[in-house]
Amino acid sequence: MKFLRDKIDQIKKPFGKGEKFEKFAPAVNSLDTFLFVPNHTTKRGAHIRDAVDLKRTMITVVLALIPALIFGIWNAGYQNLSQLQEVVPFMDAFIHGLWKVLPMIVVSYGVGLGIEFYFAIVRGHDVNEGYLVTGLLIPMIMPVDFPLWMLALSVAFAVIIGKEAFGGTGMNILNPALTARAFAFFAYPTFMSGDKVWVSDATTMDAISGETILGKLAAGKEAGYDAWSMFAGTIPGSISETSVLWILVGAAILVITGVGSWRIIVSGFLGAAFTAFLFSLWGANPLMNFGMLHLLVGGLAFGIVFMATDPVSAAQTNRGKWIYGFLIGLFSILIRVFNPAYPEGVMLAILLLNVFAPTIDHYVVEGNIKRRKKRVAKQLKTA
Amino acid sequence: MSTDIRIKKGLDLKLVGEADSKVSAVPRSQVYSINPSDFHKVTPKLVLKEGTEVKAGETIFYSKNDEAVKFASPVSGKIVEIRRGDKRVILEIRIQADAQDIFVDHGKKNPKEMTKEEVKAHLLASGCWPFIKQRPYDVIAHSNDTPKAIFVSGYSSAPLSADVEVALKDKVASFQAGIDALTKLTSGKVHLSVNGKSDSILNRISGVELHKVFGPHPAGNVGIQISKIDPINIGERVWVVAPQDVAIIGDLFLTGKFEANKVIALAGSEVANPQYYSVRICAQMKEIVSGKLASDNVRIISGDVLTGDKVNADGNLGYYANSVTVIPEGNYYRMFGWLPFSGIDKHSIQRTALSWLMPGKKYKADTNLNGEERAFVVTGEMEKLMPLDIYPMQLLKACLANDIEKMENLGIYEVAPEDFALIDYADTSKIEAQVIIREGLDLMINEVG
Repeated sequence: MKFLRDKIDQIKKPFGKGEKFEKFAPAVNSLDTFLFVPNHTTKRGAHIRDAVDLKRTMITVVLALIPALIFGIWNAGYQNLSQLQEVVPFMDAFIHGLWKVLPMIVVSYGVGLGIEFYFAIVRGHDVNEGYLVTGLLIPMIMPVDFPLWMLALSVAFAVIIGKEAFGGTGMNILNPALTARAFAFFAYPTFMSGDKVWVSDATTMDAISGETILGKLAAGKEAGYDAWSMFAGTIPGSISETSVLWILVGAAILVITGVGSWRIIVSGFLGAAFTAFLFSLWGANPLMNFGMLHLLVGGLAFGIVFMATDPVSAAQTNRGKWIYGFLIGLFSILIRVFNPAYPEGVMLAILLLNVFAPTIDHYVVEGNIKRRKKRVAKQLKTA
Repeated sequence: MSTDIRIKKGLDLKLVGEADSKVSAVPRSQVYSINPSDFHKVTPKLVLKEGTEVKAGETIFYSKNDEAVKFASPVSGKIVEIRRGDKRVILEIRIQADAQDIFVDHGKKNPKEMTKEEVKAHLLASGCWPFIKQRPYDVIAHSNDTPKAIFVSGYSSAPLSADVEVALKDKVASFQAGIDALTKLTSGKVHLSVNGKSDSILNRISGVELHKVFGPHPAGNVGIQISKIDPINIGERVWVVAPQDVAIIGDLFLTGKFEANKVIALAGSEVANPQYYSVRICAQMKEIVSGKLASDNVRIISGDVLTGDKVNADGNLGYYANSVTVIPEGNYYRMFGWLPFSGIDKHSIQRTALSWLMPGKKYKADTNLNGEERAFVVTGEMEKLMPLDIYPMQLLKACLANDIEKMENLGIYEVAPEDFALIDYADTSKIEAQVIIREGLDLMINEVG
């Protein structure tokens, strides 16, 4: 380890202060700090510090995404092969899926991190770890056959307009991964919606149908799957959104480690369940009659667990998180039921609440301010 | 009368190297130094020049902004050096100590028989006034003010800090005299809080409203107690005095001398036999620590690990410090140290480390930052450590934005930097919360006053 450390210090020398390549230091440092937690000591404030840092937090989110990702890769193959053959061996499906998904992950990380590094060098700050999560999320919420160049454009849009334009990590208003998806959704609608794109090769092979459950329901058809398939995730959809089971495993990791807000997750599901229940009482169309099964299909679970909990774009106060989560659940179902053009509502619901999160926080904090002002008023009265 | 204060939010950090309750004397230092930087926002105006002889308790400088506030020499001897920095700012006043102290005789007095003005004049003349601090802003009290109440926290909850029960064991009479003096200064009450868990030696103190405090750090922080007892509103002033400083004030009245002796804890994992020492304030650090350290690569802190000041071995004990803590410097690299659940010997309040499974374990904390500074990202973690009815992250952001109205609305008057020390410790993005709050308070002093 000592040898490696010395070697790195030697390599880093031309990037040091006052040296030739000083301005590229952020890029080199970010690679170095992935190998080694630096030897920086406390200068001001408390002399001792907690073991946690943003890298650890972000990597924990990546870990939580892995189960849904692996299932999503397998399911991408399974959805295709199961329509062509009777028996689908696990590895066949997995390799078929990997062949589709891995390039998307590579493109997403490549383009996104490239832009992040560029901004870090230009602005002279360290590379933030947020993109480790965003870069993995983006391919996970895309249809499997989404062209790579469109993916690259969506990533670039999300990072430049969605994030860096606001000042970088921690300053963005919208969730960057959803910004990428929304961009793709409105820029290339034929690749992002309809009944052809949700299973690989469905656009090119007539033998394969690629409709999602919500798409079928919106078109007035039967769902065609039982509740267990919906929960396990062996249904068509965006790459990693289908398996509620594995998403809940990720949710457990987030909640147990405390990285994801349990308040948002719980209130999100509550909001969706509440709204779905109300519509099931009304029951005017198949989408309303779908009832609690709404919780098992589409991107709802994935969105609530992994997107709504993004701390930067979510509400920041504890009470605000309850309201924020609940409204995301509510609007997701509302959009599903009332807007036939968008059978899936969770993306738009989260983006909408991202915009309103500061307002929610404002009113929560205002309560605290009012308490303080009341105290003064009381003081003046008694004085 | 006694009212209890119970606090749930906070954190008791368990660190290696707690001081044993034995008290020994530290040999007299050759040189004592006063650092004006200990007195925040005070611009010193020197009365004595380099080379003059001083008695213990004789004024060396006064505050330019409040000329009645005088700062006295802790020992008798000769002013050997006045070290200055940029723009001739005084960094350090070094006094070569005599073998025996010659004290200025301020006269024995009974505070109970004195008027408010007499007590005030006595404290100001003797150099005891700087022990009285004011909230809001956490600066030395202004000599013209009358506070609505005075608060003394007899419970120190910070990690490895000096236990008031040990420090004041032989000083209860002095403490009582000090309280008697302080009660003259306020129109309201003097509030004294003690550790609710133990039978405190301060329970018998008269003339105060006694409060028993329960809960984790920062329960012992006087600011937390103020907010529970009698919160500060806009325009109000309260004063706070540390318990050992109350005893020094008491000694002034009992003996007529400014004899600023303290019992400090010498603690931390790098101290061979951590225990208490009796020492004069401003003593040289090397007299306190020499021969007592277990290793070389250490950081010596005048104060506790959360709020203290870094000092070199040739530095000195701070004016207000009640402990000296010595911990390892963390100037080392850790390969893949950011991996979740790695680093079993490091404490974290987050459950991405394994320390939450070992609640009883004591840690040998070092000064490694354990990461790099980042923008605010994670939310909700600060609130867990903030017992005040305040939104810490929103207040920090208001301070960073210099938004005075918002800072006021969010409760800047109720906080001191020390109340944000745990946030410093625990924040994922390594935000320097104490520095931000200090700068915010300074802005308020300049803009609002």
